[in-house]
Amino acid sequence: MTAIRVSDLSKTFGKGAGGRSGSRRALDGISLSIGHGEMVALIGASGSGKSTLIRHVSGLLVADRGKIGKSSEVTVHGSPVQVNGRLSHDVRRLRADVAVIFQQFNLVGRLSLLENVLLGGLGRIGFWRGSLGRFSRAEKMAAMEALARVDMADYAMQRASTLSGGQQQRGAIARALLQKASIILADEPIASLDPESARRVMQSLAEINREDGTTVVVSLHQVAYAKKYCPRAVALAQGRLLYDGPSDALDVATLCALYGAQCEELLMDETMGSGTPPEPATGPAAAHPTLRAVGCNGD
Amino acid sequence: MEDAAPRYAVSAIALPQPDRRARFLKTVGWAVFCAALLGSWRGAEMRPLDLLNYAGNMRVFAEGFFPPDFSQWRLFLQEMLVTLQIALWGTALAVVAAVPFGVLSAENVVPWWVCQPVRRLMDSFRAINEMVFAMLFVVAVGLGPFAGVMALFVHTTGILAKLFSEAVEAVDPRPVEGIRATGAHPVQEVIFGVIPQVMPLWISFALYRFESNVRSATVVGLVGAGGIGMVLWEDIRGFNYSETAAVMILIVITVTLLDLASQRLRKLFT
Repeated sequence: MTAIRVSDLSKTFGKGAGGRSGSRRALDGISLSIGHGEMVALIGASGSGKSTLIRHVSGLLVADRGKIGKSSEVTVHGSPVQVNGRLSHDVRRLRADVAVIFQQFNLVGRLSLLENVLLGGLGRIGFWRGSLGRFSRAEKMAAMEALARVDMADYAMQRASTLSGGQQQRGAIARALLQKASIILADEPIASLDPESARRVMQSLAEINREDGTTVVVSLHQVAYAKKYCPRAVALAQGRLLYDGPSDALDVATLCALYGAQCEELLMDETMGSGTPPEPATGPAAAHPTLRAVGCNGD
Repeated sequence: MEDAAPRYAVSAIALPQPDRRARFLKTVGWAVFCAALLGSWRGAEMRPLDLLNYAGNMRVFAEGFFPPDFSQWRLFLQEMLVTLQIALWGTALAVVAAVPFGVLSAENVVPWWVCQPVRRLMDSFRAINEMVFAMLFVVAVGLGPFAGVMALFVHTTGILAKLFSEAVEAVDPRPVEGIRATGAHPVQEVIFGVIPQVMPLWISFALYRFESNVRSATVVGLVGAGGIGMVLWEDIRGFNYSETAAVMILIVITVTLLDLASQRLRKLFT
């Protein structure tokens, strides 16, 4: 069964659509389908379109409007999230089933960790009860269980802003767990974390995938983590799909063939030993105008 | 440009030439300002010499203030309390109204066709002074403190809504997005994503406005809207300057104490 299906998705940022001057093509005709219960790595350098793709799947961004007869579509469990750049009317119901984990955690700093986790249930409970924050005892217990599962139960009453990056990210995973989503999209979840925190976060995601059968799509910019935790890898560069297949097959030679000089950023961990702090690199996409030509060879 | 000059020797370094254009504009600016001052002399009917000519009269007038007459202190304290109560209710109602109006005039929360009309409405609340509102409400609801409460309420709503919306426009969008991604309702995004972030600022703004409203509440009484201002007005009209002095001293003490207390309180929240 297909959990996520993306077809012919394009997104242009900047002044209007259509590739006018000043605009930037973030996604270029992406088609992809991910089965239920898969754990997929979305790899690519900074600016390759990973985050943009994830935001489209949860309906936080809308695609470009295509020409007639050539429309883009994103579906989750067969229900459309957006069709040809228009959000579906029940996008909120679909979002409740697709949890998103962000690079910067996106917790509410002034609320306690427990409250933050409880907010994960907003999409499933009634409007008034949710808005007044009247969570039931059972929901609070479920939130504590979710926190215990990521080893964060001791910090439940602490304000999110007082926690370290790795602790906040595990809190964000607990929020996703409480959401009881069948799909978790993690957008660079470890890019701002130290190696030990990164390992624990990836471990938690892999466990959730294995034990709950949750579909996990995680974007990474280091191939080492992808190979370790995700059987399947999808590689993007400049908004185009370069590779979709087993992550084991992504050896140095393949990556360099796919990415050219940019492959250094992706291989950071392999050349420096596993567990090197991943520095979010900036700008290499702009610095390598030859990449598009390399991408064409890879098709 | 001068920085780039070659550094062979001290003699080669020239003093930077003053920018003539900037100097010219500066001169023109001062000239315009002086012309405006001179031009307004007649309009403002400036007669500084009168201060000297009527110094005798003024001395007699000033002597009337001493010693301050506190014999009616019970009435003064009672009316001062009414003034504080006017300020408290005026501010509280304004805070309640400014929360929705503030959110509805934040560009990052609502589309322009909501935020622009709400902003213009708030502009009009703000543009008209509370004294003017007080006079209108005295006509509408009769003499007394309630007119003062309503006047402060309307004017303060305009001010707080603007301050509140500026705080909302400065929030970090990422927690809000985190809540949106759980499938929450847009109203819940505001309740849980925006409001916790702006709360300290909002409390600080509300306290500051309460402080200002106590000052304002002492004058809305002048047009019949209750409180200590009404006593003050009666005393001035009745040439009862020693009592006027007592009331003014009381106002200064109250406002100072409140400013200090509110400053302390605001520090707790920011």
